Amino acid sequence: MSSAENETPQADGAEEAAAGAEEAEEVEEAPVDEAREALVERFRSEMGEGVIEHHIEVGRDTWVRVENGSWRHAAEVAKGAMGMDYFDFLSAMDWMESPYGRSEDSSVDLALGRAEAAEVSDEIVTGYAGGDSRFQVFARLSNLVNHTSLTLKVDLPDLTVASWVEVFAGAAWHEREAWEMFGLNFEGHPSLRALYLPTDFEGHPLRKDFPLLARHVKPWPGIVDVEPMPGEDEPKEEATAEAGA
Amino acid sequence: MAITERDQLNYIATQAADARVNVELETEGMTINIGPQHPATHGTLRIVARLDGEQVISADPVMGYMHRGYEKLTEVRSYPQVTTLINRIDWVGSFANEVPFILAAEQLMDIEAPERARYIRTVLFELSRIANIILFLGDMAVQLGAITPAFFAFRDREFVLNQIEAVTGGRFHPNFDRIGGLKDDLPAGWIKETKQAMDKVRTFCDQMDDLVVGNEIFLQRCVGIGVIPPSVALEYGLSGANLRSSGVDWDLRRDENIGLAYDEIDWKVWTHDDGDSFARYWVRLQETREAANIVDQLLDNIPGGPIMAKVPRIIKVPEGEAYVRTENPLGEMGYYIVSRGDTGPFRVKIRSASFSNMSITSWILRGVYVPDIITILASMYFILGDLDR
Repeated sequence: MSSAENETPQADGAEEAAAGAEEAEEVEEAPVDEAREALVERFRSEMGEGVIEHHIEVGRDTWVRVENGSWRHAAEVAKGAMGMDYFDFLSAMDWMESPYGRSEDSSVDLALGRAEAAEVSDEIVTGYAGGDSRFQVFARLSNLVNHTSLTLKVDLPDLTVASWVEVFAGAAWHEREAWEMFGLNFEGHPSLRALYLPTDFEGHPLRKDFPLLARHVKPWPGIVDVEPMPGEDEPKEEATAEAGA
Repeated sequence: MAITERDQLNYIATQAADARVNVELETEGMTINIGPQHPATHGTLRIVARLDGEQVISADPVMGYMHRGYEKLTEVRSYPQVTTLINRIDWVGSFANEVPFILAAEQLMDIEAPERARYIRTVLFELSRIANIILFLGDMAVQLGAITPAFFAFRDREFVLNQIEAVTGGRFHPNFDRIGGLKDDLPAGWIKETKQAMDKVRTFCDQMDDLVVGNEIFLQRCVGIGVIPPSVALEYGLSGANLRSSGVDWDLRRDENIGLAYDEIDWKVWTHDDGDSFARYWVRLQETREAANIVDQLLDNIPGGPIMAKVPRIIKVPEGEAYVRTENPLGEMGYYIVSRGDTGPFRVKIRSASFSNMSITSWILRGVYVPDIITILASMYFILGDLDR
């Protein structure tokens, strides 16, 4: 009884998610986020050539990808013409699939079918607003007067991009962090040196191919205590076994 | 107006410090290490300061002593497991760390927590704020040599922690927020007890008003010290009370409220125009009072109903990216989640308040006197876990 109940919501969820994704693409024209469209349009006109692609999640957020050469210009335009003078954060992204999977290879994880997800593809799949390179730098700026925000992204095919320090002094630490964690170079940064790591640290920890040593030394025990949802009171062993079946 | 004058003085002092080393006195600069193990440094932060006499020429914070690599660790955890980690980012206001992460995950999953869960979340969020800022209000006085406020702070903070513990079972690390709602409902009699605790908080704030804010030594050490003009504050991404005490009227609770119940009550955002250490203390003091009022109002209006939305047993978050930020006790905290439809996130960028707040250190410490380093850093209020993540 509970087995059927258990699987149905999951299957439903998956179907709904798939259906939702399809619908979103078709219906995208219907719920248009005019304010955000106008924001992107304005940014494009101010930027001129530099904008490659944009993505709008209706009612939520805006992403814009700019050319590598226009990265600093994008900051200047956003700060000046768009009034986005609040520097929220800057960080980087490694879009490669981790060669170690999610380090979930304990017996419990295998029973849950996690191993399949650990199969690694070489393909680089990027997120919103697309991308052509394994590494991307993204930053978020806000306009505190009209409450608009923009997430800017840039490709780093040769691991180098212009620094934002001259536009936003606060970017200095964020760029240092991205430099040590991802091994990305920020041209024009006054002092790219380690922020968190010891100066003689080798490697770039947040790259996907940097192994999480703790997991290799002592394997993760997997999900050993699945907490029941409030209102449900089946014993947990049963639930785990069913989910694996 | 006050800002421009102080700004000018600050600038002149900085210039003078530079000029003196080079030309006038030809004193040899001295480099001192403040920290990492020193009672005045709030944990293991080290500041390398180059001094000319009593004045700081340059100060460079050295951090990473508490770096635990949470961004990397989230990549091998499932979504419900991540809250256990992020509890420990700002360990003084733990529950508040969970909220933006859960809200971001809920946004990606298109789930909304039930009304009652929203209210209880907001109440706990504000209780963490009170527990967090009370500590600041006492600790700031300790940095100036006054011990009593700290005892008061620890005494009265206990009432708030007891209330958090009564609901969540944990004084410091509740791990109570769930995708789709909360783990449990409120225990019986909790609302009444919490209101009593809020009265104690208000009394504490009045005591701090008497003991600290009116104190002449406090005023001398804080008024006009460590001035941050609004344009600089924005450029460095300062947030929370640090931003509001520079005269920027920006509070995510009011201006970008996602998934919490702030819209439904009547409250006020406090700002101060001076941008100095005193302003930062004053704004936080007012905010603590306001938080107590917010809690009282929320408790009066708490709706009935379920505390958990319908969520699949094994949580898989659909593909997408989301950034949700909330007004945490220390300032803006946000999580940028990249999901690939798996049980765990592909990447989580943790935007912590202290990191951005402290990135201004080098700028603000230039040209100040050595004893002011302590008061300025104390007034900026950072938690090491939030700085290093």
